[in-house]
Amino acid sequence: MRLTLHVWRQAGPRAAGRFVRYDVPDASPDMSFLELLDVLNQRLITRREEPIAFDHDCREGICGACGMVINGRPHGPRRATTTCQLHLRSFRDGAELWIEPWRARAFPVLKDLVVDRSAFDRVIQAGGFISVRTGSAPEANSVAVPKQDADLAMDAAACIGCGACVAACPNASAMLFVAAKVSHLGLLPQGQPERARRVVTMVAQMDAEGFGACTNHGECMAACPKDISIDFIARLNRDYLKAVASGKPQAARANGGDG
Amino acid sequence: MELRARLPAGPLAEKWERHRAEIKLVNPANKLKRHVIVVGSGLAGAAAAASLAELGYAVSCCCFQDSPRRAHSIAAQGGINAAKNYQNDGDSTFRLFYDTIKGGDFRSREANVYRLAEISARIIDQCTAQGVPFAREYGGQLANRSFGGVQVSRTFYARGQTGQQLLLGAYQSLARQIGMGTVKMYPRTEMLDLVVVDGRARGIVVRSLVDGAVTTHIGDAVVLATGGYSNVYYLSTNAKGCNVTAIWRAHKRGAAFANPCFTQIHPTCIPATGEHQAKLTLMSESLRNDGRIWVPKRKGDTRPPLEIPEDERDYYLERLYPSYGNLAPRDIASRRAKQVCDEGRGVGPGSHGVYLDLRDAIARLGHRVIADRYGNLFEMYERITAESPFERPMRIYPAPHYTMGGLWVDYNLMTTVDGLYAIGEANFSDHGANRLGASALMQGLADGYFILPYTIGDYLAQAKLPPLDASHPDVRRTEAEVSDRVERLLAVGGRRSVDAFHRELGRLMWDKCGMSRSAAGLREAIQRIRVLRDEFSSDVYVAGKGADLNQALEHAGRVADFFEFAELMCHDALHREESCGCHFREEHQTPEGEAKRDDERFGYVAAWEFRGVGEPAVLHKEPLEFETVHLAQRSYK
Ligand SMILES: Cc1cc2nc3c(=O)[nH]c(=O)nc-3n(C[C@H](O)[C@H](O)[C@H](O)COP(=O)(O)OP(=O)(O)OC[C@H]3O[C@@H](n4cnc5c(N)ncnc54)[C@H](O)[C@@H]3O)c2cc1C
Ligand code: SF4
Ligand code: FES
Repeated sequence: MRLTLHVWRQAGPRAAGRFVRYDVPDASPDMSFLELLDVLNQRLITRREEPIAFDHDCREGICGACGMVINGRPHGPRRATTTCQLHLRSFRDGAELWIEPWRARAFPVLKDLVVDRSAFDRVIQAGGFISVRTGSAPEANSVAVPKQDADLAMDAAACIGCGACVAACPNASAMLFVAAKVSHLGLLPQGQPERARRVVTMVAQMDAEGFGACTNHGECMAACPKDISIDFIARLNRDYLKAVASGKPQAARANGGDG
Repeated sequence: MELRARLPAGPLAEKWERHRAEIKLVNPANKLKRHVIVVGSGLAGAAAAASLAELGYAVSCCCFQDSPRRAHSIAAQGGINAAKNYQNDGDSTFRLFYDTIKGGDFRSREANVYRLAEISARIIDQCTAQGVPFAREYGGQLANRSFGGVQVSRTFYARGQTGQQLLLGAYQSLARQIGMGTVKMYPRTEMLDLVVVDGRARGIVVRSLVDGAVTTHIGDAVVLATGGYSNVYYLSTNAKGCNVTAIWRAHKRGAAFANPCFTQIHPTCIPATGEHQAKLTLMSESLRNDGRIWVPKRKGDTRPPLEIPEDERDYYLERLYPSYGNLAPRDIASRRAKQVCDEGRGVGPGSHGVYLDLRDAIARLGHRVIADRYGNLFEMYERITAESPFERPMRIYPAPHYTMGGLWVDYNLMTTVDGLYAIGEANFSDHGANRLGASALMQGLADGYFILPYTIGDYLAQAKLPPLDASHPDVRRTEAEVSDRVERLLAVGGRRSVDAFHRELGRLMWDKCGMSRSAAGLREAIQRIRVLRDEFSSDVYVAGKGADLNQALEHAGRVADFFEFAELMCHDALHREESCGCHFREEHQTPEGEAKRDDERFGYVAAWEFRGVGEPAVLHKEPLEFETVHLAQRSYK
């Protein structure tokens, strides 16, 4: 199949970027989207041009490294599919594709399609964990967890931290990502002691990183490759209000308390 | 070089307890002054970095991905073993130990494996407490399944995303420490060399993958948790970035490399579709619990699978191994698949495939149960192949997956370089010549949470480590060598891309040092590797600059190391004149085509000492003694 690509090329964080047009006359529908870029890059190399930089690693839709906006949609047109899992059979022959990096203030572009998502790591560092020292855990089956709760926690925990939700949101909000972690841990008995503190510190860090506010557009869920449900945002909001109302978290140190 | 395994004395079941009691402890007030550098943030690295920081050490950790959460461990699907015996089906520490020794075809150390089995149960406790959402039964208790090559149900899982959930647990513990300032994290940072001063590992030289800056980190001990080297085959189930660089560089600085030829080929992967193929995708082996593997009885039978009647199908694993059937160990399942394909009975494009058929299970258990068990795997398969496993059998083929070989380590997980440790897939320790399913996650976490944090103290408490700074001549020399290597790669200015070279090397390794090996093939491979390696250094083209985000350059450095390493791998395979586990030498098989082990001559760990690129490495043998398990030919008949 023949494809025309317009790829965002940007030499560095401070350089100006622009779309560059590339024609790929002989793509195969069995190729993944990243294999298409591989093939194109091989050609650029033979022409002694710099290949297109893009993040990727597992190529199985699980590491969350890959991600680009394809014709305005993060991870492209297929529902619940990462860019690396997207195959060209999802496009028609002759299609014209505009490929750009995630666009968000909190995710500055480093080069071409590569962005800096370390803001997500800092949000987790602020409270996205259960404080349990190695070796101090009780026997695993001493706390029963209803299957329903475990399953729902797993639904939330499936987030791969790719950032598509942020890229899709008109406000560049990270609410779906944060809500997924708050819900995952908040649904389990092990996560209860820190539940109030966690939601407050994570939300505070999210704001500090420059992510926008959530105004319930729902674009995040539509773009999410792991089908993380927007219901988790409602859950976060409930937890947040409760935590703030109870006044507990004010006493908490931001970074996880005592070691 | 001397191999001192430092195995504790005493009965097997008491060795670890006793050893722990005898380990020297670092005075709490001194811990903060001890700086440990952990390279890698997969299960092993993240668990170690977090646990060391909890103990009070000053820790630095680096990884090449943009976040520690993306390490390759994230991709593990099937599960993690632990001898909890929750199913009351007769499991025990001893049975897990025994299965692992036998599964590894008697090429691992009893003491290490016993310790692993002993620790396994605590890993599940730890991960559950961290909030890992393991699968549960309706009563709220943890669920298990049975997994590849064993007859008890001891595998814990989180849907098909066990590695992801375990890694997120470790990542979150690490994140907590980073937030508290006890771990300094360096993502997008690649280790390119080891700094050795006065015979001790004292730091690493790294290159920033954002701006290309080459710098040195100095510390009191270095822990390599950098994963496996399956990407020497180019096409593998590993993430694209997996590499041998860190452990190869350490090898060149004095760390012995053990059993490099022990590489596992996983039987259930999705076959390649064409030249553009960038990597292979694993289908979890758990499918073999309910799926039946077959090919047409007749050569060149190209009918669609549903038109092939029952009596014209060859369920070859069930036929050859009646007691284990489709659950035969990985090496056997892979080799038999290759064999039926070589006979011309393979299916799908290029006849490189066999069927994995869930039809009978769907009929027996119903669509819903199967969808519940394998829904996400089916979805993944369908996405890649555009075929639904509910409608037609899946096509699978073996692919490189895991490397049992790695840096040689003693019981404390220290390499032959003082102060240099290797944990997780990067070391050689526990899986012998073949790893059982769901045991890598267990080993990575055992090393990272429960072994290294204690054993490293023994060294740090006793070693005299004078202060060191970046101006030390050994440090400056190592740093200069790294910069020089980077510059040389950029300066070649040849005609062929890095990727083209990597593919060619990979194909060669797959053909000659893959599922089956012969002396003639290995000799030929060594010659061709040398020729290719020379071509690489004179004809590769690496685009871009050094002081930049430059993925072609990153890849070039890794491929250059694969080229050096590949020769050692073939050399090891050539010297091991026996078939054991995944290492199948065509010259050493029974008339029925089963592997013929030679314990008399090869009942040892082969640890290689580096003597120069292209120079023959020196072999050191660590004899393996089996005091508890009787040496026996594996039989899964
Ligand atoms: C598809 C797949 C499925 C699997 N499923 C299972 C399963 O179900 N059960 C099971 O037990 N095992 C499974 N395995 C095996 C298991 O996942 C791995 O063996 C294990 O996760 C390895 O963990 P690790 O911590 O040793 O290394 P990794 O997770 O590979 O981590 C390596 C780390 O080192 C870093 N690194 C590497 N090189 C450098 C360098 N030069 N400089 C800086 N950093 C570097 C990386 O950034 C990364 O952080 C599976 C493997 C694959 C490929
Ligand atoms: S919520 Fe979905 S889109 Fe957002 S980071 Fe997680 S997986 Fe990606
Ligand atoms: S490359 Fe890992 S999710 Fe796409």
